[in-house]
Amino acid sequence: MTAHLAPSEPVIAATNLAAGYPGHPVWSAATFSVRQGEFVAVLGPNGAGKSTLLRVLLGLLPPLAGDIRVLGEAPRRGNPHIGYVPQGRTLDAGAAVRGTDLVGFGIDGHHWGVRLPGSQRAHAATVTAALESVGALAYASRRVSQMSGGERQRLLLAQALVGNPKLLLLDEPLANLDVRNESAMVDVIADVGRSRGIAVMLVAHDLNPLARVIDRVCYVAGGGVATGAPDEIVSGPVLSKLYGAPIEVLSDSRGRRFVVGLDQEIAHPHGGH
Amino acid sequence: MFSWNLFSDLNQMLSYQFMVNAFEVGGIVAVVAGVVGYFVILRRTAFAAHALSHIGFAGAAGGVLLSWTPILGLIITCVTAGGVIGALGQRVRERDTVIGIVLAFALGLGVLFLYLYSGGDAGLVISILFGQIVGVTSDQVVQTLAIGVGTLLLIAVMYRPLLFASVDEDVAEARGVPVRALSIAFMMTVGLAVAVAVQVVGVLLIFALVVTPAAIAERLCRSPGHALFAGIAIALASTWIGLTVAYYTGDPVSFWIVSLSTGTYAIVRVISWFVTRRSSLRAGRLAADSGLGSVTEG
Repeated sequence: MTAHLAPSEPVIAATNLAAGYPGHPVWSAATFSVRQGEFVAVLGPNGAGKSTLLRVLLGLLPPLAGDIRVLGEAPRRGNPHIGYVPQGRTLDAGAAVRGTDLVGFGIDGHHWGVRLPGSQRAHAATVTAALESVGALAYASRRVSQMSGGERQRLLLAQALVGNPKLLLLDEPLANLDVRNESAMVDVIADVGRSRGIAVMLVAHDLNPLARVIDRVCYVAGGGVATGAPDEIVSGPVLSKLYGAPIEVLSDSRGRRFVVGLDQEIAHPHGGH
Repeated sequence: MFSWNLFSDLNQMLSYQFMVNAFEVGGIVAVVAGVVGYFVILRRTAFAAHALSHIGFAGAAGGVLLSWTPILGLIITCVTAGGVIGALGQRVRERDTVIGIVLAFALGLGVLFLYLYSGGDAGLVISILFGQIVGVTSDQVVQTLAIGVGTLLLIAVMYRPLLFASVDEDVAEARGVPVRALSIAFMMTVGLAVAVAVQVVGVLLIFALVVTPAAIAERLCRSPGHALFAGIAIALASTWIGLTVAYYTGDPVSFWIVSLSTGTYAIVRVISWFVTRRSSLRAGRLAADSGLGSVTEG
């Protein structure tokens, strides 16, 4: 399947990449790379193209221009080395599906036919290990519909991890979590990523809950993408240039940063993802 | 006729070949409907399944007009319409509107075909609309068995990716599951299941076998496997008990099948309402005792 990456080879390498829909690029001229085991926060306003970026990396959306390599090859759907958690959807409220079933999809959900009785035990062991690694074992035998948003996010993370990915793509995993669950979730993701050397791209609205764990920021705004150290990117001059509008970054006494600008000026005209 | 000696009653009832045929065909259809129904509920396509049966009505009537057997016309139209509905996908906003419009048109066509065939033979119309399980021949039993086994095999082949895509289409797609092709293949399979189920309960009462048992099972069970088997068991029980009761009372079979499954659904809903209410009351008391204002979730 995927060639083994040389230690120095980036997990993601984008050169002059443009994405969106024909005639409507959401962003363009993006050149960036993500190293192995790196934790990258993908930030930017609504509709700037953060989810579009993930869709390109997953091979669900062909790029409009430029070159993109993911794990040493062109993006392709069904790459088993990528774990993906899409933006918080409401999983069917009444479905008779347990947490363990949900995690099991990550192992063999894409295989045809039914699971053979002989592989049942190994399957259950793999599911249990993944649940343990995200601290979700205690409630995983309940119906998914009876779980809180935080519990479900952990299960989806376990599902993404169960195939031993080299790259995790998480779309707004912190949305709709309260502060306590948010920081617990950030810790789990950072721990798993670090201990297993998994590169993480995490789409978020707010840098602050992530500031203590991330290596770099990938800022998507104003039709462009800027990547670098958090201090370097989340600064007035860089964001003003990206947005093409005056942006200020304010810091409070605890080092939290707040991006301040005119919302109507930073909204991207094309909308979309 | 009914003697309270259940064994001899059963023996007496099954001494008629038409009752044996009815039990056999009803059993096959119940199993198929239970299995397909689980996914119909999971994918929230109950309305589409209902519409398929109405579209099938036009097919059956058209088939009769061309002097085919009604089942052939049913299968062709149900499977074709299933493919089209599946291609519309889960997310199309006007999906239900489009289905509703086609459904109404199909009923109109069906009425025309029946009029052209017989000048409005009420007996034929009623048998297509409400089922004719006690008129099934032994040949039809074999035919139903073949179609039923085919339907179950199709579901077995699609089982894991279909379950994955039904619960979480986005991740399934990213993992390489062909979600659109599956959606089409599944709705065509529903078309096949509906076509055979129509023989038992008719076009109008298709919910009784495809939707209601699976909806009950979904409330009772936690895991997909259990829900599947519970759905089959409930569909089988309503069909066979319905047949037996109708045999002794002389009422229409469809009426009893529908009443049994709907009654079970109502009872399950009432019980689960009580259970949820009691457990939330208890949780509320616990929270009050520990001095917390509200229940926190972890």
